[in-house]
Amino acid sequence: MIAIIKYNAGNIKSVQNALTRLGYESEITDDQMAINTADKVIFPGVGEASTAMRYLREKGLDKVISDVTQPFLGICLGLQLMCESSEEGHTDCLGIFDTKVKLFPPEDKVPHMGWNSFNTLKGPLFKEVKKQDNVYYVHSYYAEKCKDTVASCNYVKPFSAALQKDNFYATQFHPEKSAGVGAQILRNFLQL
Amino acid sequence: MLKKRIIPCLDIKDGRTVKGVNFIDIRDAGDPIELAKTYVAHGADELVFLDITATVEYRKTWIDLVNKIAREINIPFTVGGGINSVEDVRALLKAGADKVSINSAAVNQPHLICDISKEFGSQCTVVAIDTKFESGEWRVFTHGGRTPTALKTVEWAQEIEKLGAGEILLTSMNNDGTKNGFALDITHTVSKAVNVPVIASGGAGKKEDFKNVFEQTTATAALAASIFHFNEIPITELKTYLTKQQIPIRI
Repeated sequence: MIAIIKYNAGNIKSVQNALTRLGYESEITDDQMAINTADKVIFPGVGEASTAMRYLREKGLDKVISDVTQPFLGICLGLQLMCESSEEGHTDCLGIFDTKVKLFPPEDKVPHMGWNSFNTLKGPLFKEVKKQDNVYYVHSYYAEKCKDTVASCNYVKPFSAALQKDNFYATQFHPEKSAGVGAQILRNFLQL
Repeated sequence: MLKKRIIPCLDIKDGRTVKGVNFIDIRDAGDPIELAKTYVAHGADELVFLDITATVEYRKTWIDLVNKIAREINIPFTVGGGINSVEDVRALLKAGADKVSINSAAVNQPHLICDISKEFGSQCTVVAIDTKFESGEWRVFTHGGRTPTALKTVEWAQEIEKLGAGEILLTSMNNDGTKNGFALDITHTVSKAVNVPVIASGGAGKKEDFKNVFEQTTATAALAASIFHFNEIPITELKTYLTKQQIPIRI
C-alpha cells in the first residue's frame, strides 16, 4: 500500500489516479499508523506554503513526516515544504533538505508553467530518463540548488528540479502530469 | 529550456465532443475521452475542455466526465464553461481538473478571480478574455463574444493579473474561425503588459500561424480547436515543423 498524505492541498487525486494507472493501490490518509506502515509515502501538494505548514503542525504531521523511514516522495509544494524555509508566507519548513525556497524574480513570466527539460540529473529516480526529456512544472517559488540536488532545471536561474537525502526524494515538477516520462519517474520511485 | 505549449480545445455538449471527424486511430471522435487520449498520444502539451451545454441539470454529468478524464489523462487539463462560484470550482478540482477557466463570470463578478485564487491558488485560476477590435479599440466581450463590455482589453488583463489570475487565455473574436492566423498585435500587447503566461487563441489555420505567434509575441502557448479536431494539422506534424523552425517544443 502506498500512503498519500492528506492535508489541505490540492492535486492529491491526480497522484492517486497516476498510481492507479501504474497498477498500484494507494490510500489518501493523515493517520499516523497508516503512514508508518505504508510501503511508500507520497507527499503531494499544490497550495500556499505558510498555510500548509500551519496545517501540518496543527495535525502533528510535521513530526510524522520527519520520522518516516520508508521511501518518501514530495511533489511540488511537497518538495518546498521539505526545505528549510520558504519566502511564500515567510515560513519555516520541515528542514529535511538543506536549502531555502525563494520567489522567482520577475525577469520572465511567473509562474514557471509548462514543460521543461533538465540541466543535470542523477540517481535512482531518473533511471532511463534523459536530460532532454520534458516534465511539467507550475510554480512561482523554487528551491535553490544545494548538495541534496539530484536534478536541476533552468528558468530565469538554475534551481532544484529534484532533491534527495537518504530515503527522502522530492520533485518540483509534477510526475503525475508529465505523460510517459513522469510515469517512468513514478515507477522508479515505486520500485525503490 | 521552457517549451511553448500546443493546446487542443474540446467543446463538449451533453457529454459528447461537438463535431469532428474520426481519426484513423480512434473509433469515436464524439467520445471526449477517446479524442483526448488521441491528442495526448499525438503530443498535446495540455488540454482544455469547454462545457457548452451550460444547463443546471447537466452539471452532475459534467463532473462525472471530468472524473473520467482525470483517470485517463496523464497531462494537465483545464475545464471551463458555466463556472459561477467557488463551489463550482471546488467540485471540478475535486473531480481532478488541474485548472479552471472563467470568462463571463470574471467580468460580472471580478472578486470571483480573487476568491478562487485565494482558495485554490493562482496556478489553477485561468481567466479567459474574449476580445474584439471595434471602432479603433480592443475591448472585452462576454457570452461567447455576443455581449460587449466597457472594458479595454489590456487594462482588463492587468486587472485580472492583480486579482490573482495565474494564466490568461486570450481569444480574438475577429480572428476566431477565420483560419487567417492569430491576432499577433493584441496577443503581443497583452502578453507584454502582464507577467503571467498568456495563451493565444483564435484564428489558427496553418502551421506558420503557430510559428508567427511564438516568434512575434511572448505568448507561451497556443490553443486551437477545429484544425486539430478535423485533423487538418496533425499535432505531431505541427510539432516537428515548429522544432525545425527553432521554436522550443516538447517532442
